[in-house]
Amino acid sequence: MDMQVAKKKLGLKERYAVMTRGLDWTPSYQKMEDIYPYMAYEGIKIHDWDKWEDPFRLTMDAYWKYQSEKERKLYSVLDAYIQSNGHLNVTDARYLNTVKLFVSGISPLEYVAHRGFAHAGRQFPGPGPRVACLMQSLDEIRHAQTQIHAVSNYNKYYNGMHDFHHAHDRVWFLSVPKSFFDDAITAGPFEFMVAIGFSFEYVLTNLLFVPFVSGAAYNGDMGTMTFGFSAQSDEARHMTLGLEVIKFILQQDPANVPIVQRWIDKWTWRGYRVLTLVAMMMDYMLPKRTMSWKEAWEVYFEQNGGALFKDLARYGITIPKCTEHIALEKDHLSHQAWGTFYNYAAATNFHTWMPDADEMEWLSAKYPESYDKYYRPRMEFWREEAAKGNRFYNKTLPMLCQTCQIPLVFTEPGDPTKICYREVDYKEDKYHFCSDHCKKIFEDEPEKYVQAWMPVHQIYQGNCFPEGTDPTVEGFDPLAAVMKYYHLEFGRDNLDFEGSEDQKNFAEWRGQATKNA
Amino acid sequence: MHIDLQTVSIKPLRHTFDNIARRIGADKPATRYQEGTLDMQQTANFHYRPTWDPDHDIYDASRSAIKMADWYAFKDPRQFYYGAYTLARAKQQDTAEANFDFVESRGMAANLPESVRDTVLKLLIPLRHVAWGSNMNNAAICAYGYGTGFSQPHIFHSMDQLGIAQYITRVGLLLGSVEVLDDAKKSWVEDDTWQGLRRLVEDSMVVQDPFELFVVQNVVLDGLLYPLVYETIIDDVLSAQGGTSVAMLTQFMTDWFAETKKWADATVKIAAAESAENKEILAKWIGEWRDRAAAALLPVARIALGDRTDELMGEVVQQFNARMTKAGVAV
Repeated sequence: MDMQVAKKKLGLKERYAVMTRGLDWTPSYQKMEDIYPYMAYEGIKIHDWDKWEDPFRLTMDAYWKYQSEKERKLYSVLDAYIQSNGHLNVTDARYLNTVKLFVSGISPLEYVAHRGFAHAGRQFPGPGPRVACLMQSLDEIRHAQTQIHAVSNYNKYYNGMHDFHHAHDRVWFLSVPKSFFDDAITAGPFEFMVAIGFSFEYVLTNLLFVPFVSGAAYNGDMGTMTFGFSAQSDEARHMTLGLEVIKFILQQDPANVPIVQRWIDKWTWRGYRVLTLVAMMMDYMLPKRTMSWKEAWEVYFEQNGGALFKDLARYGITIPKCTEHIALEKDHLSHQAWGTFYNYAAATNFHTWMPDADEMEWLSAKYPESYDKYYRPRMEFWREEAAKGNRFYNKTLPMLCQTCQIPLVFTEPGDPTKICYREVDYKEDKYHFCSDHCKKIFEDEPEKYVQAWMPVHQIYQGNCFPEGTDPTVEGFDPLAAVMKYYHLEFGRDNLDFEGSEDQKNFAEWRGQATKNA
Repeated sequence: MHIDLQTVSIKPLRHTFDNIARRIGADKPATRYQEGTLDMQQTANFHYRPTWDPDHDIYDASRSAIKMADWYAFKDPRQFYYGAYTLARAKQQDTAEANFDFVESRGMAANLPESVRDTVLKLLIPLRHVAWGSNMNNAAICAYGYGTGFSQPHIFHSMDQLGIAQYITRVGLLLGSVEVLDDAKKSWVEDDTWQGLRRLVEDSMVVQDPFELFVVQNVVLDGLLYPLVYETIIDDVLSAQGGTSVAMLTQFMTDWFAETKKWADATVKIAAAESAENKEILAKWIGEWRDRAAAALLPVARIALGDRTDELMGEVVQQFNARMTKAGVAV
């Protein structure tokens, strides 16, 4: 019996189409709007989901194969790194604070991205975007887990990371990244895709993910470096998805353009404000610097991003207005941020310090317009005071921006000598903002932003003390109570790097590992 | 710099993260499953309510009627975190690939008895749409379920079902061509045989309670469909008719069901053991959806089983009931 008929071989594109889009059908027992209830309320109009161009064509069998190979390599490197006490190879113990910032500020966001993409993937009626979103959802839990697994060994030896999930939901400055992702996942599915898929993954990823991973590579942190490199091909997929989403929405209906423009403006600014943490990490926390924040912004946003927005111009999209403000801030952002964290180091889960003379030289060279004039004098003063035993810790609570939740520490665009304050009266209350952009975001959706869980307000309202605390007793120490609520140990997790347990242990262990004493 | 630490021992300050230590009862080394799962989902101080569901928090246990004192009571017996999951699937994928190669290279698909081929085309290929529905439902459970112990396995399950839909598609392409897929879709949408099942799948897509959806999709529908189609029809009935090569092409599904039902059972068991209220709700959901699913599957089973349909379907239901009873829910 020979019935072997020559079969028409399917092309890659055709084959992928039958593997995904062919699976879909138009329901008739339930209404489309009941199965996909969140498709209309944002005002985005999609006429034809089939116009979606698959940004990559990965079937599950190939996905499992590639990803498992990457996982196998990643975990064997991690195991070897752990086994050889690789943590003692980092440039110096100050570097570890980058890891603390990363695991408490960023890794939990990967998890939210995982849930958010599951939600978006469930809600989009088009099979193309659904599959791409769900694959990204799966990747994002990978990133959260591989990061935690890489950091797990650091936690065994160093402070500040031991209860990072708990910290993420509570510590004052971690409300900056947390509220950013909470904002995105509580937005509609289309806005979520523009916020995370496009603005975050496509426009800003090189300013977030790349500096941490490059910083790790420069500073001997093979654990972080390895998961970073391993995630690179996932990130490339996520970036192409982010770009495809934006193009698809814009092409579907001209009425979508102004909505998307508002989202791009909003999320570029929201993302940039979160990057404040990265800016200070790059300029102050990495013992071996990769590049300055300013250089990174110029290369990754002004050059690369500029080209992207030129490309999007044909859809009627313009570069976000806030980028003019950001350009004025690039000489100041990291210095103002580090100064703030230096002040509030009694209430953080990582250590701060003042740069040494060589590092100040580097900062002068990278920031010739601003460092010597505005920031070096105050940093030298702090350093001298610390040397005299007067390390300054600010124990009063700052006013926070209602939108980005960063303390009002940034200066007026164009005038680095004047703090920028904005305010809005809404219903019975007054709200404060760090900038015109955060103010505008609030004014567009006040009912959303009045809900924000503001760490400083919450402390003043007595909501950030351990249960059963009585703040009226004689000698009540609010900072100590807040630290307990954060599950942070005063004197171990916080304060200056100089004199910290991390500093002492690292020196001792490295000595043990390298000397014969 | 070379560091030789053979004789250097550094005493760690702690062995795991505090949240893990609290949960496992002591500061001792934890597994990667534990560190990658426990407390991963944020629980406190959410900033905004979802604009798409203002009655709930971003993650909100009250989306389900099932009440748990601690949603991390749900543990995956497979201990799947992403790494363990992809490694397990890649291994199964290797086997599947070898099976497809074996069948293809020996021209075994072309040599299938006509009746077997016909049954496969009529019965198996439309099931890719059921798997697609499951992909969607499991994405919903992952998105709206509470606690990573419960939500995490559902993203794996969702992608597994996409994989299964794609394996079925490959079987279709191996036995025929794109027309085979088109015909199967036409049956799925139009033929009476499939309308009960399609209605059930579409009805499941509007189930709001994530735990109920888990019950509908992963416990009940799959709990009847997989034993019926893959174990009874393909592995037994069709194999006896000269269709063993079909069983090779669907080995992934058979193995997958054997593996995942252990997790589904454990999940039902933990929820039922939590309270009499949970048990009652579960019994109601399982009982009602089982009756609907069994009725919907009957005409589908008839494609392959003919006169023996009622008898074999009855056996499948009986096995299912026994499984649920063992998991603590008598139905």
